[in-house]
Amino acid sequence: MGIHIEKVDLPGIGIRHDLVTEGGRRISVVSHRDGERDLGIFDMDDPDACRDSIPLNDDEAAALADVLGASVMLSRLTSLSDETAGLYTEQIALPTDSPYLNRTLGATKARTRTHASIVAIVRDGAIIPSPTPAEPLRAGDVIVGVGTREGLDGVARLLSNGPG
Amino acid sequence: MHETTLLLIEVGALLLGMSLLGRLALATGISPIPFYLVLGLAFGNGGFVPLDASEEFFQTSAEIGVILLLVLLGLEYTAPELVGSLRSARSAGLVDAALNALPGAALALLLGWGPVAAVALAGVTWVSSSGVIAKLLRDLGRLSNRETPAILAVLVIEDLAMAFYLPVLSAIVVGVSLMQGAISVAVAVAVVTLILYVALRHGHIVSRLFPADEHEPLLLGVLGLTMLVAGLAAEVSVSAAVGAFLVGIALSGRVATNASQVLTPLRDLFAAIFFVFFGLTTDWSELISMLVPALALAGVTIVTKLITGAYAARRAGVGALGQWRAGFSLAPRGEFSIVIAGLAVSAGVAPQLAPLAAAYVLITIIAGTFLARMPDAPWFRAAVLRRRARATA
Repeated sequence: MGIHIEKVDLPGIGIRHDLVTEGGRRISVVSHRDGERDLGIFDMDDPDACRDSIPLNDDEAAALADVLGASVMLSRLTSLSDETAGLYTEQIALPTDSPYLNRTLGATKARTRTHASIVAIVRDGAIIPSPTPAEPLRAGDVIVGVGTREGLDGVARLLSNGPG
Repeated sequence: MHETTLLLIEVGALLLGMSLLGRLALATGISPIPFYLVLGLAFGNGGFVPLDASEEFFQTSAEIGVILLLVLLGLEYTAPELVGSLRSARSAGLVDAALNALPGAALALLLGWGPVAAVALAGVTWVSSSGVIAKLLRDLGRLSNRETPAILAVLVIEDLAMAFYLPVLSAIVVGVSLMQGAISVAVAVAVVTLILYVALRHGHIVSRLFPADEHEPLLLGVLGLTMLVAGLAAEVSVSAAVGAFLVGIALSGRVATNASQVLTPLRDLFAAIFFVFFGLTTDWSELISMLVPALALAGVTIVTKLITGAYAARRAGVGALGQWRAGFSLAPRGEFSIVIAGLAVSAGVAPQLAPLAAAYVLITIIAGTFLARMPDAPWFRAAVLRRRARATA
């Protein structure tokens, strides 16, 4: 996990943070004093030059950070399945015609019915970890479940067809 | 016509003209400074239409313009940035000073203008324009580039060096005896060191004097303190500009951010008038007679700046293309060169210095704008990469 982020002062302008990926690509974020941010993607041939610099405002930068951060959490969850035999994690998009749309998570009784646990909900790029039974399910939610293969298939069926 | 009416007409017409030229500058991607200089040259001494009624107004505004240029320059830098740049780019700063000050000094001696003019012209060729260069880096999307911190560090050191150079220059242009001159230089350096120490160590105390979030009292307060300190500094023969620069450095945090926000439009107005005024007081015909030495000087010092930038970038571990980019970015001279020339000429040192500096700044800004883009051109990249491939083979 040795991710190294380099911080460089830009006198009169702000601060730059650089990240070099495992594949050798460099990504930089210039934070201007006035809150504006530039996302820089570096050139392949000339590792000192930024090929494209994309200006982001405060909200756009925060949204992008959320998306990037959330996917990191999800991929860590998924890596669990490689280590524990017979236990899987799965991301299930809530079907648009789900009978549980706008009802609470508790109403699905998912754990009792399928023996799989719902450990997180991803909503609008943000993550809701360990949701309580009172958490309502919204259109566009992605449900993160942990369980056996049959259990997770059961959750997917339950969310689209109800307890039927 | 009434005097004030005439003044309004002259100032209004000139500001409108400046606005049109500013749009032209935007369209061509060149800094507006050369355009303002040319506009000033077209009027004023030896120009088409002499502006009489507004001369005093322009003179006062130009002085305020210099002060505002410097206070905003100071506001841009925080104390840790100054100290950090001094530490990281000290040797690049020394190379910069030696390589770029010497050609100016040599030319002044060659033209027989004497040692005082040599010191002034050395300053003119030494300092790059932080304003023009910062804008260029932004426009070309190079703020994320790895050579950019090296360029900025050189600029910071130059600006800081100006805090010592300007008072020394103002002390020697007065033209007193060697002993008196030495004393006033010593006094000037001591005063700058003291203010700089207070600014760097106790800047937060000065900042507490101002309400950070009330724009009107903040504007009046910072402007008032700046002009007061600038005036007092000029009184003890530390140039007014340096006093303003030190006030800018002393302010920090939210006060500095908001002060630079409220002062920027004022700076844009008065600094533009300053460049026009410098053109106004410079004679067109003299500028043409100074064109050849200015071209030669620009040619030499663009190469020395190229070496300086490449050296600074190489020390920061930047590759060949980045070194070219850093070198060419540093070419434009601007506000400080004009400030220095104005200071020397108003004290009666070598009057040809003004047209020479004007021509020199015009050439370096225009050439620099094009040179800075050159390393992005495909043929240039290919040539540099080919050379690198040959060198490693």
